[in-house]
Amino acid sequence: MRALARLGAAVVGVALALTGCASPPAAPAGSGAPMTSPVVKQKVVVFAAASLTAAFKELATQAPGLDISYTFDGSPTLVEQLNAKPDVADVLATADEPNMKKASDAQLIKAQPTIFATNTAVLIVPKDNPGKVTGLNDSLTGKKLVVCAPSVPCGAAARTIAQNAGYSLQPVSEEQKVTDVVGKVTSGEADAGIAFSTDAKSAGDKVATIQLPGADKVVSRYPLAVTAKSTRPEAAAAFVQLVTGEKGRAVLTRYGFTLP
Amino acid sequence: MTAGAGHVPGWIRLPAAVAVLFLLVPLVGVAVRVPWAQAPSLLATPEARDALWLSLVTCLAATGVSLVLGLPLAVALARSHGRLAGAIRTLVTIPMVLPPVVAGLALLITFGRRGVVGATLSAWGIEVGFTTVAVVIAQVFVSMPFLITSVEGALRAAGGAYEEVAATLGASPMYTLRRVTLPLMLPAVASGAALAFARALGEFGATITFAGSLQGTTRTLPLEIYQVRELDTDSALALSLVLILVAALTVGLSGWVSRRTVRRGAA
Repeated sequence: MRALARLGAAVVGVALALTGCASPPAAPAGSGAPMTSPVVKQKVVVFAAASLTAAFKELATQAPGLDISYTFDGSPTLVEQLNAKPDVADVLATADEPNMKKASDAQLIKAQPTIFATNTAVLIVPKDNPGKVTGLNDSLTGKKLVVCAPSVPCGAAARTIAQNAGYSLQPVSEEQKVTDVVGKVTSGEADAGIAFSTDAKSAGDKVATIQLPGADKVVSRYPLAVTAKSTRPEAAAAFVQLVTGEKGRAVLTRYGFTLP
Repeated sequence: MTAGAGHVPGWIRLPAAVAVLFLLVPLVGVAVRVPWAQAPSLLATPEARDALWLSLVTCLAATGVSLVLGLPLAVALARSHGRLAGAIRTLVTIPMVLPPVVAGLALLITFGRRGVVGATLSAWGIEVGFTTVAVVIAQVFVSMPFLITSVEGALRAAGGAYEEVAATLGASPMYTLRRVTLPLMLPAVASGAALAFARALGEFGATITFAGSLQGTTRTLPLEIYQVRELDTDSALALSLVLILVAALTVGLSGWVSRRTVRRGAA
């Protein structure tokens, strides 16, 4: 009998907890609480390219009105996930235009995407440069070079730059994410890698950066757009404004991006 | 199976059916979505062929290594009772349940260029990172425990009575191992090796963390699927089907072998 009573209490408790959790957020969302309210944060889900990780995370600390939930991954992966569930994110930011075009062709985004930053590819080596690599030249012969796969923006950029320079890339690995390239260089597993200047910057003093001649002609342009099926278009627009506004530009520059 | 069926309450069939559907529908889903007409040409691309071949070669090598090193350990564990044996038994199963990325990181800091073992190897001019050997190492690490536990379990269940009899009849330890223990555990070896092979075939996380991804060298079937899945869903599905079929075949074979053993044991 006592056990039964306890069970009953537990059921009531769970029910209370459930309703308690469910009702308050529903009310302000329905009444469209103003963005400026310091108490109610507007939730927004952002899918962003892996190379935006550090900059976007810092940006989140400068947006008191937004409760930003990020997913960082390779651009093709993000588009694929959005394709599978179009309302899973409110904003999509890719590291190149072809991937954004895929999303736009599949009618996953609203309106025209905005280019908010550009990025250039650089050669990175472990800080003590054990392979004595000097650039895309003979110093790489017999050394372990890691690049991104051709379908990933940093891989496409690496190939174009090498092609323009008349150098044939012979990587030991083609990674799916630019952060994996950086990881293999910082761990010393690879002698060199081709990543974006921003990735080199966020790796700090664990890597040394070598500029690639002609890289400035192969900039990767970062577009961002509100998704077509966004359930929180207001918050999504606020996030876009944050990135393209003064705060966003300052943070992006600090993390090695160039501005369009 | 049929003899016990009457003792099972009827309601149990509902969750059981849900379990079957939950496990099978995704597999059937792949089979339905596979572009059957183009499957042969999708699987004949150089990338797909390289991945298939590399997976086959590395998994066979990994299973071979698991047999050579894992069998002796299984025999030793099955015939030991000490606390140390118990500890080892627990420890060697850890890679079975380790998240793949953790396995990859562990291997990287061990066999990587700056790793404990890797740094020494590197000084001798041997570097395993980004090579096919790294793929095999990753596969052995995650698959050998399956062989060990399966063989050890079978030996333990069989008990040591036959060996004791052989010993009292004057057989040497080597003779006993060769003529008594090995024949006893052969079916378990077959099914354990099949399980290890299947696990090696599916190995992904440790490979991508530790070995990298390059066509013909380190890009095994799962890595190739990961690579093409967003560009070319059809190829990814066709390759997935191959993996599912091989895995099903391997596990089916292992099940058939153990059932045969049970029947023989009962007779």
